[in-house]
Amino acid sequence: MPINYYIFLSIALFCIGVVGVLTRRNAIIIFMCIELMLNAVNLMLVAFSKMHHVNQAATNATAGIDGQLFVFFIMVVAAAEVSVGLAIIVMMYRNVHSVDVNFLNRLKH
Amino acid sequence: MIKLVYLIPLFPFIGFLLNGLGRRAMSKSLIGIVGSGMVLASFVVSLLIFSEVRQEGFQPQTIHLFPFIQFDSISIPFALQVDQLSALFLLIITGVGFLIHLYSTAYMHEEDASNYGRYFSYLNLFVFFMLLLVLGANYVIMFIGWEGVGLCSYLLIGYWFTNDAYNNAAKKAFIMNRIGDLGFLIAVFWMILQFGSATFTEVFAEAPEASTAALTGITLLLFAGATGKSAQIPLYTWLPDAMAGPTPVSALIHAATMVTAGVYMIARSNVLYSLAPISQYVVAIAGLATAILAATIALKQNDIKKVLAYSTVSQLGYMFLGLGVGAYVGAVFHVMTHAFFKALLFLGAGSVIHAMHHEQDIRKMGGLKKRLPITHITFLLACLAIAGIPPFSGFFSKDEILIAAYAHNPVLYWIGLGGALLTAFYMFRLYAMTFLGSFRGTAEQEHHVHESPAAMTIPLVILAVLSVVGGFVGLPDIFNEKLGTHHYLDHFLSPVMQGADGTAHTVDHSTEYILLAVSVLAIGITCIVAANMYRRYRYSETAPAGIGRAMENKWYVDELYDAIIVRPLKWLAWFFNSVIEKLGIDALVNGVGRAVQYSGRQLRLLQSGQVGTYVLLMVVSLVIFFIIEFFIRK
Amino acid sequence: MTVTEILFWFLSALAVVSAINVVISKNPVFSVLWLILTFFSISGHYILLNAQFLAVVNIIVYAGAIMVLFLFVIMLMNLNNAETKKNKWLKVAGVIAGGCMLLVMIAALKDADTAQQLAQTKEGNIGLISYLGKALFNEYVVPFEISSVLFLSAMVGAVVIGKKGD
Repeated sequence: MPINYYIFLSIALFCIGVVGVLTRRNAIIIFMCIELMLNAVNLMLVAFSKMHHVNQAATNATAGIDGQLFVFFIMVVAAAEVSVGLAIIVMMYRNVHSVDVNFLNRLKH
Repeated sequence: MIKLVYLIPLFPFIGFLLNGLGRRAMSKSLIGIVGSGMVLASFVVSLLIFSEVRQEGFQPQTIHLFPFIQFDSISIPFALQVDQLSALFLLIITGVGFLIHLYSTAYMHEEDASNYGRYFSYLNLFVFFMLLLVLGANYVIMFIGWEGVGLCSYLLIGYWFTNDAYNNAAKKAFIMNRIGDLGFLIAVFWMILQFGSATFTEVFAEAPEASTAALTGITLLLFAGATGKSAQIPLYTWLPDAMAGPTPVSALIHAATMVTAGVYMIARSNVLYSLAPISQYVVAIAGLATAILAATIALKQNDIKKVLAYSTVSQLGYMFLGLGVGAYVGAVFHVMTHAFFKALLFLGAGSVIHAMHHEQDIRKMGGLKKRLPITHITFLLACLAIAGIPPFSGFFSKDEILIAAYAHNPVLYWIGLGGALLTAFYMFRLYAMTFLGSFRGTAEQEHHVHESPAAMTIPLVILAVLSVVGGFVGLPDIFNEKLGTHHYLDHFLSPVMQGADGTAHTVDHSTEYILLAVSVLAIGITCIVAANMYRRYRYSETAPAGIGRAMENKWYVDELYDAIIVRPLKWLAWFFNSVIEKLGIDALVNGVGRAVQYSGRQLRLLQSGQVGTYVLLMVVSLVIFFIIEFFIRK
Repeated sequence: MTVTEILFWFLSALAVVSAINVVISKNPVFSVLWLILTFFSISGHYILLNAQFLAVVNIIVYAGAIMVLFLFVIMLMNLNNAETKKNKWLKVAGVIAGGCMLLVMIAALKDADTAQQLAQTKEGNIGLISYLGKALFNEYVVPFEISSVLFLSAMVGAVVIGKKGD
């Protein structure tokens, strides 16, 4: 498939994630949209790694493998981040009894 | 000695600094000594210089002190010019000035040391500026002195600054002076434009080549400056109000020296005026009109100083009449004699006021002849001099002017003679009401009336002697042939008065005899009539009616000025303040402040603390960056 | 249209529709379920590109672990269905901003030089686990080890944060 299609798909998923972050008020939903954005990026990385593999297959047998390894590490980091983030949200819920981000206006002061 | 001419203005300036800065530390007698001593030192130096200038064949010398203004090809140095005219004025200023300083030490003794020192420092500063005025070698230095004496006049009129009326009088004097100064300044600019210089010698050398129109313009503007400083129509109303100052100040500034600055300036510029006959005519008419107007007002005044003030205005009018008809020497002569007898009159009035414990209304005086003998005699001598009775000095100087006026145009003579009669009348009215008859004051005042101390009477005596004999330096030719003398003053001043040769007219001797006799007779009769009328004056409350009331109210000139000039200016100021200032400029400036506050308030809402808003902004800015990066910067 | 292309378009449509439903759903549990469906479709894309390992890991880690974790938390919160009213204008602004971003990015990248190059589908060795493993433990062993430290710190952090304060 032309790489363009993958690029557009990724951008679409990413922007939907952005809209989700901007629009929703529930902290957990916002978190999920962030995961969506990360996955869009993953898709893009894998597509590009395949493109490179095709381009440089003659010289290097494992060209483009870095892209997929990067995706692997992204998943690692995303997992760690989710666990910590959800812990924070639970903490917040315990204090304020709500997960509405509009209550988090402490930066105002 | 002429090289040291800069000492003459330097001494009073040092006196000004010493008295001004050290007045709280110095005792009153020390202040008086410093103040008077400095002027005396200047007088001594002036005498030495005068003796050098007197010698035959003396050429005017310019002493160059330092370069003052220089740009392009125009150079205006700070230079002093020593010639016959300035030497004469130096003597008058320092001599009469010293006597008045001496008089002031006694007159002002009621003040405390700090104010006493302030008075003397101002007086010294005034002498400094006046000397600068007459010594300047170019119009710019003269203008420095011109402005300076105006400033000192303001400072001294408003000496008792706690009184608002005095302050207003001081402001009036200063502002009217400034109006005239504008004319002077424009004339100087025109002169520099026309001749490329303001130095006397250079301007006078190039004057004959300039167009008459330019010369007429310059001279008329210079005369405008003179009307302000020397209190001619239309800028004379400040002088009577200036009587708010201490009496010695009135004597020095408003009788003997500052008001004669205009006469000096025109006499100095005689070359220019001779080349512009229209200006001369204007000067003569203005002078004559002022003389008559002021004399009519003086007839009905009841304040001793106001009478003398209007008398000064009137006599200045005569001097300008003399200048206008080409009798420059006569005008300078009258300046000299007027300095003597007017200073004497003012100092005598001061002595009377001092004796009457600050009473100035002549309707409440009278019978002081026996109680103030020295004051009385000297005052009488001064009255005779100003009226023009021979052989006192006023006769010679005034008649020289009137004869020259007759030669120019007989009408001028007859009107001038009328003014002289008025002068005699009001002076002797003043004399009679003050000294003759019976005492009309309160018993309290009668108890305190006594002759003034020596420091006040000695100057009176000296000035009286000068008033009597001062005229003999300027005997008219009809006497000179008999006595084998000549007109000393004319001879002395002739190198400076080149312009006078062309325009001064002469009359033949027989006419001159007749005119002299007529004037003496008329004046004599007027004096006696006036003295008789008023020696038995009874105080009455009836206000004069008709013309008398107009004369007493100064022909309502002040009210006219108020309506025509002051009120529109005040309205304009009010307009600018309320409309343009408040609604325009303030609104603009305050509006900027309000706009900043408003935008600040609005922008503050941006910092809501809502993370969601921040993220939105991040996305928006990201989009904008993308657009800029990919599309605008191809 | 080859099978590859049909599959590609079908999976793409599924991904986009699921993503939109994630954002739009009122019920958070439904959002989670739609997101799981999105992950599945993305894994389908990976399989299409022959990145087998990643496809499986995506399912196991993301859809399996992370989303389950999300479900746990949502159920713990016992949230009610409706959110409190959000400012309508901010929502519109958010949508517009996101839309702008979409448009700008697509416009910027559609004319890129590499646009018509192909991403290899169905073939290619690099997606196979053996090759990935070799690359991971040869060149990238240090990041691999450090990632374990990262997990450790995340665990510690989560425990510390989650403790009831005493």
